[in-house]
Amino acid sequence: MTYLAKPKIHHPDLPKNALGFTRRDYEGAISTLCAGCGHDSISAAIIQSFFELDIAPHRVAKLSGIGCSSKTPTYFLGNSHGFNSVHGRMPSVLTGAALANRDLIYLGVSGDGDSASIGLGQFAHILRRGVNMVYIVENNGVYGLTKGQFSATADKGSKSKRGQVNSDEPIDLVLLALALGATFVARGFSGDKTQLVPLIKAAVAHRGAAFIDIISPCVAFNNHPGSTKSYDYVREHNDAVNRLDFWPSREPITAEYPPGGVRDVELFDGGRIRLHKLDDDYDPSNKVGAMTYLESRRAQGEVVTGLLYVHPDSGDMHDALETVDTPLNALSDADLVPGNAALAALNASLR
Amino acid sequence: MKPIARVNDFVVKFANVNGSGSASANGLFARAILRMGVPVAARNIFPSNIQGLPTWYEVRIVEAGWRGRRGGVDLMVAMNPQTWEKDVAEIEPGGYLFYDSTKPFPASKFRTDVNAIGVPLTAICNAEYTDARQRQLFKNIIYLGALSALLDIDPAEIERLFAEQYKGKEALLDSNRKALAMGRDYALANFACPLTLRVERRDKVGNRIFIDGNSAAALGAVYGGATVAAWYPITPSSSLAEAFAKHCGKLRTDKATRKHKYAIIQAEDELASIGIVIGAAWNGARAFTATSGPGISLMQEFLGLAYFAEVPAVIFDVQRGSPSTGMPTRTQQADLISCAYASHGDTKHVLLMPEDPRECFEFGALAFDLADRLQTPIFVMLDLDIGMQDWLTEPLAWDDARRIDRGKVMTAAALDAGKDFGRYLDVDGDGIPYRTYPGTHPSKGGYFTRGTTKDRYARYTEEGPAYVDNMQRLLRKFETAKMLVPAPAIKRATQATRTCAIWFGSTGAAMAESLAELDRQGIYLDQMRLRGFPFHDDVADFIADHDHVFVVEQNRDAQLKMLLVNECGIDPDKLISVLHYDGTPITERFITREIAEKARVFNVTPLRKVAR
Repeated sequence: MTYLAKPKIHHPDLPKNALGFTRRDYEGAISTLCAGCGHDSISAAIIQSFFELDIAPHRVAKLSGIGCSSKTPTYFLGNSHGFNSVHGRMPSVLTGAALANRDLIYLGVSGDGDSASIGLGQFAHILRRGVNMVYIVENNGVYGLTKGQFSATADKGSKSKRGQVNSDEPIDLVLLALALGATFVARGFSGDKTQLVPLIKAAVAHRGAAFIDIISPCVAFNNHPGSTKSYDYVREHNDAVNRLDFWPSREPITAEYPPGGVRDVELFDGGRIRLHKLDDDYDPSNKVGAMTYLESRRAQGEVVTGLLYVHPDSGDMHDALETVDTPLNALSDADLVPGNAALAALNASLR
Repeated sequence: MKPIARVNDFVVKFANVNGSGSASANGLFARAILRMGVPVAARNIFPSNIQGLPTWYEVRIVEAGWRGRRGGVDLMVAMNPQTWEKDVAEIEPGGYLFYDSTKPFPASKFRTDVNAIGVPLTAICNAEYTDARQRQLFKNIIYLGALSALLDIDPAEIERLFAEQYKGKEALLDSNRKALAMGRDYALANFACPLTLRVERRDKVGNRIFIDGNSAAALGAVYGGATVAAWYPITPSSSLAEAFAKHCGKLRTDKATRKHKYAIIQAEDELASIGIVIGAAWNGARAFTATSGPGISLMQEFLGLAYFAEVPAVIFDVQRGSPSTGMPTRTQQADLISCAYASHGDTKHVLLMPEDPRECFEFGALAFDLADRLQTPIFVMLDLDIGMQDWLTEPLAWDDARRIDRGKVMTAAALDAGKDFGRYLDVDGDGIPYRTYPGTHPSKGGYFTRGTTKDRYARYTEEGPAYVDNMQRLLRKFETAKMLVPAPAIKRATQATRTCAIWFGSTGAAMAESLAELDRQGIYLDQMRLRGFPFHDDVADFIADHDHVFVVEQNRDAQLKMLLVNECGIDPDKLISVLHYDGTPITERFITREIAEKARVFNVTPLRKVAR
């Protein structure tokens, strides 16, 4: 593999965001994934989301585990600090990072092997703790880097490229995330950027544990007839419950959408999500309803996408721990070291 | 049988049932003697269980100030019928057996060479209290009262301790005083008090404090600037994390807002604990975990990442009896190898080896400076004996002029000034590169941290020369570490000798006493107590200066010897192991016997033999 830096000279007319950054400032190194990989579309959606959100790239920390998906943080936000950690253990590293500095934005990128197989435990506990982050699983139902073994999200009965049939039950990470207390749960499809970009933007604005499961076909090992995570299968069986728009602040929203089936959700920081409901029965504030709906559609062989659940005023781990507003990594000696007088008092109590 | 007659130099052992509330009374016994100015060495010997199993508390009253176990028992307080036979058997000939005489025991249950002191504790309790819990708890205080009369412990000191403990709870204070008096009065009325074992007031404690190593290490973490702790409960380390929470509650809570200048996560397992520590330290916070052997095994993969990606981390390893689940409530020094070379591939780690709670505090604080300075995991190697036992130790001290050393961190200003930033670039020749914290600068200093091979600028590569270059730099960094870890403590024998002894950690307590005894017997040994790994150059030099080197440690496989042979290139035949690994703390008697016997084999004839 080679490291290819893109030319640093930008076209002067490239559009800039409110901070003066161009889209190029949110890009990373050239992808080394297979041509047509769903993951590259997700990287592009991440780039677009952060550009449009006017977030300075260096204020984002991107963390991942091991696997194809976990390689992708190299391909976006090139000026951000990244941490390609240990297989299945990104959640704990991200938790520690989030504890150290509550002022950065944390983006966890993982795959179905990384999160549903080896890392299922850490996946569960980071959601329980309400870590303020966006947790993306680039879900293709297969181990790409080790050449095509089933992962724990592969559907029962789905066929591998070599013709093996998966006999194990699949893990639905979205259902799990709902059960474990994630306060923003969505599913997207790498082939549907229109739906995906607003989902990512809303997840970034959400305070607390935001989880997005993104179906991302593996062109090398899982894009064949018989796979339920191929481009064709997902396109044919996609049941999008809503489309959304996202505004990062309280700007007036011009009502140019048909009133029927539209619903605004206000987020903690004043950002707003406008949902265009495609399915009248779907209510993203009802967790139990979301779980029932997901299961009923799954029984029909359908993949539900969209914003499935959001808790508009959720808290996060720092609220629960009652930590100071100053990031822990910025506390001074005076804040941290109690000094000899305090120690003398302690000594006196131990005689 | 002539009773053992000793003043301020005897061993009292309490045999109890755990969960019976005896710990509090036993603690008062030890502290009352300390308040009389007489040093004690006290140890809890407890099972991996919450209620109903045998537990012991051994108090060595020792004016000479030795902190190790002596071996043997002069007075057994036998409160547990389950262990009666074994407890009685353990008493030295001429010693005393204190027991509850409410129910008559057959003569066969006693020893003719031991003096029995029966106090009808249950009967006294039942006459006084109706509530079952009160009967249980006050029985402990009643025996404390009886013992105070029998051993001449000043009851005023116990009452003062009550007053401190029950400040504002007058009812409890009065009822404890009353129970104490009941026991005292019974003993005074029925026995010739004091016995031939007694405590006499001295001024030998000075300003020393009585503290356990876990609590002291946790305090070290507070003073070392730790803000993130992530842990998973495991004996014998849990009380370290809990002590950190307690200390932080008092010392690190913002007075105005009541908000916390720290974060503690009880993680789902040890893998997550070390992951959280690595994530936090990567992001510029000082972070630690506390664990024991099984936790170290679980953390191996992450420890390799922290070594290779050069992320600071502090791990307090409170060692217990192992392998596997082993003896969770017993002590050993058996994690040396699994920490020194933790993880797959070529790795080496820095270890700090405190000998007592005072050094737990010092090294606990130092570990965070070293972790940041060396950008690597630092292990603080406690064991159950230091960690969970209260030790009489010099008061903890802090130099208010001392500042936190964050190591080589490149700031936004330095980046703007045009400093060349390569995350793995050895600018200063000490093997230590510069790092940036995430979020430092909009366009400079960003880099990707990874466990895969990379070049000096943190770019992924699988090129052999880049890999070798990086591994060589890591070795240079390890060389730098030699000069930064605490140097060995070296002491010469009273006479010139070609024989020496090497040890580390809690072994020191019994070692100091043993060396004094060996010296009395005419066996002279130069002494080196190791305090850190990698070994300082003095270590190899010291060994080279001697023909016979005793290496005393508490594990089966001579792990310290392995490290010395491996890292200093020493002929293994030169190193003679003295190994103690039954889970109990090593004793003076054991070390003295082993060394004296082995010294004879290689012709170190004692110059004079003195009877003990």
